[in-house]
Amino acid sequence: MTDFTPPALRDTRDGFLELDERSRLEFLLEFANDLPPLPVHYAEHEDELERVEECQSPVFIIVDVDDDVVTVHATAPLEAPTTRGFASILVHGLTGLASQAVLDCPEDFPLTLGLTKIVSPLRLRGLSGMLWRIKRQVAEKSVTG
Amino acid sequence: MAIPIDNTPKFQAYAHPEVIVSTEWLADHLGAPGLVVVESDEDVLLYEVGHISGAAKIDWHTDLNDAVVRDYINGHGFQALMNRHGISRDDTIVIYGDNKNWWATYALWVFTLFGHPDVRLLDGGREKWIAEGRPVTTDVAPVAEGSYPLVARNDENIRAFRDDVVAHLGKPLIDVRSPEEYSGERTHMPNYPQEGALRGGHIPGALSVPWARAVSEDGTYKSRAELETLYLTDAGLQKGDDIIAYCRIGERSSHSWFALKYLLGFETVRNYDGSWTEWGSLVRAPIAVGAEPGRV
Repeated sequence: MTDFTPPALRDTRDGFLELDERSRLEFLLEFANDLPPLPVHYAEHEDELERVEECQSPVFIIVDVDDDVVTVHATAPLEAPTTRGFASILVHGLTGLASQAVLDCPEDFPLTLGLTKIVSPLRLRGLSGMLWRIKRQVAEKSVTG
Repeated sequence: MAIPIDNTPKFQAYAHPEVIVSTEWLADHLGAPGLVVVESDEDVLLYEVGHISGAAKIDWHTDLNDAVVRDYINGHGFQALMNRHGISRDDTIVIYGDNKNWWATYALWVFTLFGHPDVRLLDGGREKWIAEGRPVTTDVAPVAEGSYPLVARNDENIRAFRDDVVAHLGKPLIDVRSPEEYSGERTHMPNYPQEGALRGGHIPGALSVPWARAVSEDGTYKSRAELETLYLTDAGLQKGDDIIAYCRIGERSSHSWFALKYLLGFETVRNYDGSWTEWGSLVRAPIAVGAEPGRV
């Protein structure tokens, strides 16, 4: 069966799976430290972003679709490195793709990273929540945009 | 050799001053033989970002839960966990964590299920320690394997199961979730799942006392007098009450359990860890919606 995981996310997955468990946490922390800041417009209009309710911490995302190219923006507090790491994985992995490629990304991507045992399924719901909200926003903005 | 308790006046007013310590006390006693510090966070990466020197990382999700059944680890699992961290039965354990210690108190509650004799909470947790500019490190020193005894988990006194709650209806129940979770408000978004439960609302008769009202901005528990105002004067609890606290999975309610039992001295306080993820999806379980406790 074809794997519709976009190439950048596939690379990320390979990166995690190559490492031992302890190192996977360090790798996630690297992503956390690599979350790009919001562009000025969104930094000044955070009310336009959507809260990811699946996360305990305040995490907000917004998707732009211009000429069928997707850009994902996210913000999460510094004291929530796990959610910053999750957001960063998706920002880097989905930005620049065509709408359909994002919509085709498998829902179970979060469970394929080898993090289930060390991060826990409950925490990974936050990553799942981010992914389905990004996909929903892309679907909405592709139709109207 | 016993590690002395913290004589801070605020603590002396509590019913059990021996189970809570200040950041200053910990800074003075760090490294003492027989003292083990444990970090337990909601965010699994915070320990890696930096932790109190010598602290062991014990994660509620991955270390304290059974891998298959929705339950906590048993005596064998706890023994193995303690041995891995070199913790002895006669060690004084000080637990701290992020976000006002809400997961640290959950870990402390699990340690109490196993009757570890001396477990204390670092008032203010991780954020207070860091806000005060106290040192953290990323070093993890190897630890010699310990020899912890095999102790059976005891759920009798501080843990409530679904049937206990059914039998308890009409007696004091504290719902420590947000007002929106308590009332069962649904969002206007279609297909938005209520977090972890098929229905929204609260257990009939439960009083709403959101967990974070027990702590101040800096994450420390409020004074005895302030806690009495919150739980007795305002919520209507009375001395001698038999109380069950709950939230979503028992994490926030552990935080309130700690306040009710150790700070205010209620003798019978149980945490219902099934909480709303269980009750809110249970066929035919009674539910009250809206801002009032509702009738049983």
